[in-house]
Amino acid sequence: MEPDLLLDLVLALALFWVSWRVLAVPELFGAVVLFIVFGLLMALAFARLAAPDIALAEAAIGAGVTGALLLDAVGHLERRRRHDTDRLGDGR
Amino acid sequence: MHASVQIRAAATFLSGALGVVLIAAVLQLPRDAAGLTRLVDDELTRAGVTHAVTAVLLDFRAYDTFLEIGVLLLAALGSLAIRRTVDLRDIVPIAVPGPVLAVMTRVVVPIMVLTGGYLLWLGTHAPGGAFQAGAVIAAAAILALLAGRRSITALGPRAFPALLASGFITFQAVAWFLLIGGRRLLDYPPAIAGELIVVIELAVTVAVAVGLAGLFAAAHPRDDD
Repeated sequence: MEPDLLLDLVLALALFWVSWRVLAVPELFGAVVLFIVFGLLMALAFARLAAPDIALAEAAIGAGVTGALLLDAVGHLERRRRHDTDRLGDGR
Repeated sequence: MHASVQIRAAATFLSGALGVVLIAAVLQLPRDAAGLTRLVDDELTRAGVTHAVTAVLLDFRAYDTFLEIGVLLLAALGSLAIRRTVDLRDIVPIAVPGPVLAVMTRVVVPIMVLTGGYLLWLGTHAPGGAFQAGAVIAAAAILALLAGRRSITALGPRAFPALLASGFITFQAVAWFLLIGGRRLLDYPPAIAGELIVVIELAVTVAVAVGLAGLFAAAHPRDDD
């Protein structure tokens, strides 16, 4: 088998697998990390499709900025949850 | 938390149907379609830049990019409106970074800004351009914010919205300038097309960088919220 074809096959399968894991993973933090991985793999796929412009945009916006926003949101959700449990604890 | 069986079945059916339609659509694409590639290649000599993608984005279909940067401006303004302030000092929290993050930020952020500038310059003749450059610089700003460096707050309540709108305003200024000069909207005169595109790209880079970083800063509630 040609190495190029092998790489493309692995990439395509990895994309399907990672996108399934993003939806299936129970905790949010893992899902966000997998989403970033998905973005980077997608950038590789665009590069393989000879679309370097889209690959750059996908890596920077899809994986980078969106990933940072989602991680930040997860951090705030967790902090709020901890805050709420603390308050409940004080009330008793 | 757990969706009912009916909802799951409906979601599976809908996404499966969408998948079948998408696959059918891809299979129906003509095999040897060059699309508009030939047309773009023929017209490329009349564009101000030599890279086909940048020529399409900022010359042939500049109107699309013009509206796109307007959409980004609206999105950033929308999220700032929820925070009810454009003064970044009001919304950016003080984070307490670990030592590794602090040192890494000091090393990586300047390199990212440099990379952004390089991508902007590269866009005129190779893959790159304003959106990618802006995104990389925005990522640098976000990293700095996360590491507790509040340098973005140096942009006061006047400078921040001004930079946010700079891409849209510059695009519009060029459009008006050309309309008054008797040309059609964003129909650059070939002699200065390259210069106009670089001016627009520079402003769009700044607007994209400030816009994306602003979205992040505005999505960042203070801890006492």
